[in-house]
Amino acid sequence: MAPPANRRSGFSRRAQYTMFISYFAGVAGVLLGVVLLVVSFVQPEAFSGLRNVAADVTEPAGHATSTARAKGKDVFGTISGFFKAGSEHARLERELAVAKVRLVEATAIQLENRRLKGLLGLSQQAPRPIVVTRLTSSTAASTRRIATLASGENDRVRKGMPVRSEMGLLGRVLDVGRSSSRVLLVTDTESLVPVRRATDGVPAFAQGSGDGGIRIKLINLGLNPLHKGDVFVTSGSGGLYRPGAPMAIVREVTRDGAMAQVLANPSDADYVIVDDTFAPTPPPAITPVPDSQ
Amino acid sequence: MRLWPQFASDRAQRPRINRTPSPLVARGTPWLTVMLASILPGLALIASAPVLPPLAFLVFISWRQLRPGLLPVWAGLPLGMFDDLFSGQPFGSAVLLFSAAAIALDVIEARLPWRNFLTEWLVAIGLIIVYIAMGLALANLSGAHTPLLVTWPQIVISILAYPLVGRFVAMADRFRLTPFLEIR
Repeated sequence: MAPPANRRSGFSRRAQYTMFISYFAGVAGVLLGVVLLVVSFVQPEAFSGLRNVAADVTEPAGHATSTARAKGKDVFGTISGFFKAGSEHARLERELAVAKVRLVEATAIQLENRRLKGLLGLSQQAPRPIVVTRLTSSTAASTRRIATLASGENDRVRKGMPVRSEMGLLGRVLDVGRSSSRVLLVTDTESLVPVRRATDGVPAFAQGSGDGGIRIKLINLGLNPLHKGDVFVTSGSGGLYRPGAPMAIVREVTRDGAMAQVLANPSDADYVIVDDTFAPTPPPAITPVPDSQ
Repeated sequence: MRLWPQFASDRAQRPRINRTPSPLVARGTPWLTVMLASILPGLALIASAPVLPPLAFLVFISWRQLRPGLLPVWAGLPLGMFDDLFSGQPFGSAVLLFSAAAIALDVIEARLPWRNFLTEWLVAIGLIIVYIAMGLALANLSGAHTPLLVTWPQIVISILAYPLVGRFVAMADRFRLTPFLEIR
């Protein structure tokens, strides 16, 4: 293809100036980009207001697409279900038989728990969720993992609240707009969640690895006690995340921990639940003993 | 004055003489498509890894390659700022990278005035790889620490998607110049 002919400014002063100014503005754009970057490194909160407004504006479109996403997923599920119906049915019947027995056991345990808690005088109930809503969009092209939630300040969502689906923890609220908020997903490399092994409480940190997985970092170094298939739940230490929410399952054991798979896939979650920030009950204050010398 | 473009069948019957493209559509379409491309990938899926191509950037360099000079050199400033609102990158990274890419494209074009599909694609491949790698580096500077390995699928998808994006931009370009305003 021949080069376009209209790029030469020739002797026209006006064309020369226009060209010069447009290049000048281009270089100014680069410099302004650097300045904006420095500002956002020094003060990451500086542009969250703008971003919240943008998220609020696109939230209705996100609502529509998230509904479409859920529908589209159902279509694939229906098609694959058609081919697997027989074997699935048999498997589910077997599981149901086991589950019925477990259910009876669980009811008994629940009753006993209630009785024991009554004995101890504890009245501990799971608090009601703040809001049940949808994830409308995410940063699919960036290496940061930030999703947008279809509820904001108007629905009493506040900064730092944990977001989960029925399957497990998804992330926590980063910024709150009027009708939308931005969520840092647990797979982001900046997300760090205190967890413990579900069976025996081996403490660890779950850090996102950026590729959809999670890196489990043990707190007690030494002999690595993890195995493939171990399930980790949030431990609630340090507050923020309520203890006991399922989080990840170990996929591969490494030297100092493990690579794990997240249990709650954000793209599979039709609806997500925003919980109140968890604050552990503080230990009783130590009363100074008078005349202790 | 007619506001909406006529359908193809409609157009075939009537003479297209005495019609002109709307200046607003002719000027505004490139800006609008890049802005739409900033929003759309996020809405498409809730991704747990960077999988979708940086669509706004692809559309931006497509327009610059297809119609040099239609989007001015400084277009990276407003368009990048808009992209930064939705991309999740540290604010300013798209402003910097879009503007730098526009200048780089102009420099390359001055050196290689004759071009074809392959050279344009090769130039775009270079720009895409640099864009994604720099985006990762800037995100990591602001606190994340994602390894470079994570971006490989995205780079491959973006490179393969670029000709498709070019097709789409060419379609948008034809729409842009559809004469549907009646000259009075």
